[in-house]
Amino acid sequence: MAISAKTLNETEFFYGHKACAGCGGSLAVRIALKVLGENAVAVLPAGCMSAVGFNFPQLCFGNNAIISTFAGTASMLTGVEAGLRAQGITDFHAVGFAGDGGTADIGLQALSGAIDRNDDILYICYDNEAYMNTGIQKSSLTPFGARTTTTPAGKNIRGNLRTKKNLFEIVAAHGIPYAATASVGYLNDFMRKVEKAKHIRGTKYIHILAPCPTGWGVSTDETVDVAKEVVDCGLWYLAEYENGEFTLNHQPKSFSDVSAYLKRQSRFKHLTDKDIEIITQSRDKKWEFIRKNFK
Amino acid sequence: MAKKFLSGNEAFAYGVRLARPQVISAYPITPQTIVVEKLSEFVEDGSLNAEFIHVESEHSALSCAMGASAVGARAFTATSSQGLLYMAECLPYAAGGRFPIVMMNANRSTALPWNIYGDQRDSLSQLDSGWIQAYAKNAQEALDLALMSFYIAEHKNVSTPFMANLDGFVLTHTYEVAEVPTQEQADAFLPKYETENKMDLRHPRNLGFSAGPDTNTFFKYKEHLGILNAKAVIGEAEEKFERIFGRRYSGLTESYQIEDAEYIIITLGSISGLVREAVDALRKEGRRVGLLRLRYLRPFPNEEIAAAVRTAKALAVLEKDISFGNEGTVYTNVNSALQKADIHIPCSDYIGGLGGKNISYEEIKHIFDRLEQLQPTVNFLGIGGEGYGN
Amino acid sequence: MKPYLRDFIPVSFADIPEATAYEAGYLVTKNAGWRNVRPVIDAQKCVGCLNCYLYCPDGVIYRDGSKVAIDYDFCKGCGICRNICKLNAITMEAEK
Repeated sequence: MAISAKTLNETEFFYGHKACAGCGGSLAVRIALKVLGENAVAVLPAGCMSAVGFNFPQLCFGNNAIISTFAGTASMLTGVEAGLRAQGITDFHAVGFAGDGGTADIGLQALSGAIDRNDDILYICYDNEAYMNTGIQKSSLTPFGARTTTTPAGKNIRGNLRTKKNLFEIVAAHGIPYAATASVGYLNDFMRKVEKAKHIRGTKYIHILAPCPTGWGVSTDETVDVAKEVVDCGLWYLAEYENGEFTLNHQPKSFSDVSAYLKRQSRFKHLTDKDIEIITQSRDKKWEFIRKNFK
Repeated sequence: MAKKFLSGNEAFAYGVRLARPQVISAYPITPQTIVVEKLSEFVEDGSLNAEFIHVESEHSALSCAMGASAVGARAFTATSSQGLLYMAECLPYAAGGRFPIVMMNANRSTALPWNIYGDQRDSLSQLDSGWIQAYAKNAQEALDLALMSFYIAEHKNVSTPFMANLDGFVLTHTYEVAEVPTQEQADAFLPKYETENKMDLRHPRNLGFSAGPDTNTFFKYKEHLGILNAKAVIGEAEEKFERIFGRRYSGLTESYQIEDAEYIIITLGSISGLVREAVDALRKEGRRVGLLRLRYLRPFPNEEIAAAVRTAKALAVLEKDISFGNEGTVYTNVNSALQKADIHIPCSDYIGGLGGKNISYEEIKHIFDRLEQLQPTVNFLGIGGEGYGN
Repeated sequence: MKPYLRDFIPVSFADIPEATAYEAGYLVTKNAGWRNVRPVIDAQKCVGCLNCYLYCPDGVIYRDGSKVAIDYDFCKGCGICRNICKLNAITMEAEK
């Protein structure tokens, strides 16, 4: 039976944390831990989820968990996995939860090393598209046009000038056993992917888009809706990489309005029609690639 | 017990094998590389049952070792110079987490300018990171230290990471005869690592958390007590070591001819061998000279230094290090020990051996000669005339 | 089972652990004070589809027989549950 809300482990493992109301990252962590179960051993770098979950004596993980250095999520996971295995312990899941900055910027080297070694770990990147814990600064996963506190939108420059790094395909290029994209707007898809990753040996990577109401400029109750819409308008996609092949999991019949998705968020409020046209063209080009190369 | 002709690096690797580490994270850097090469050979030939992890950087080397230690595994890594500095973020992290990782550091100059040869600026720049720091003088001590370091670091009263330093090339690459104990002896010496400071499937814990202003000082003070406790545990470890292996070590310091010494050189690492020769020669001339070798810089041997210099008229610190803008780091620490003990005798600093520059026998004799002038000075050896920075 | 509120708060030198390691899921404060509005479930309309339980970032909605209930100690009032509910069984009411 497919994993669903009805079959999901009722235990809460990430509880009482101090994440902002409506936090998409905390939803991703919560659901992944419920799928992995009590034998998850979690590593989280300095960042939102560690800042909100580990303030002694308020310790919000019901399972084993540790904060790593910012750059060291994957390398500490490697040590956790090897250390347990060296003691003859096998019934556990070493899982890392790092944000977009912790994964695509400062943690990329360690992540690449772990994938190269094919360490038996699951690395989950909760992508809220900027350094949110320090107050919304640009990361390499901040999308084109987004206003952050280091890419201000003014008369001369309209937000972030660079496009979002394609981390999913960078990870896949290592020849990793399993990689996937997901969104907190589609949790059944995410749960299925975590469940699948749980049973694959070697390195697994799941990249889940997780809106941050504070940083994106939407209200706290819009997190899930906006995470759905980003998939529906084609600016994000749900896919998997396995056995050297890409598979598309969700094929929108027609895309919803990109402009509507962008304009509901204050980080994109300043975009001109021309900016939106650039974003739309870039989406279409991406989908041309997806349709050609993904099953 | 078997005698083998080993370099310092190889001797250390033999010592590590005897300690049965469960996880080894390895990244190459000259002049440390032979340690991890040797350990990989031991894993390959089946004489060492450890997870050998080829990490992609020194930062990951220590981060990986912390992950292993955080689930209760015995972890080892090794580095040098730029590598030590690259992993610097992880040093206080490991100490604050109370992860008793053992790391060998091959002492090497730090860039710029680039230089692969030995000096002690790398480890001394990390003296405040919360690690126990020991400095070996020869291959035998390197091997024995490798084994003892796990005992000391993992002791429940200590729970502090241990950095064992070997002078680059001079010690790491110099071959000497060393006695390699049997595995049975090593097993009788070193107990299994047991801790509650770990993620445990039966008793889930949250580790490496934040502690705000209310409790932060408590955690830091406990960390401080842990490394101070190492002093007693080092003594305990050395007594047990002597009972099993028959070799005796002398705690935080090793003294030579200091009982009646008027002029004493305080130094660390392999250069102590040459100082010892100078002491022997000068003693034959009737001069009352001595040597105090600092085996440990953390915990710092404050009392040992004060006790060792009680008959001295003047002291010199000889170190391969300079804390730019001030003086040698060891000198600063020695002066602090003297001050606390209310000892007021001239103490000079001799900074030499930077970037592997040879320190000659004549230079050491010259230091003893200069001590008789009873003037405290800071000097650079070998720059053509005495450097002065007092 | 989930992280739960404890009576004992370790704050003194003697009470804190030797290392940065402590019992998992140890809570000493609630999040209820964050809320301006609270979700209220209309049991007549609720069909127990569990979507609100699934999508709650704080995990404060739990299964209660064939329906769901809310742990108001830790609900932050974000309103995601109200939006996700296809049957409009959840309303957000102002905290008094």
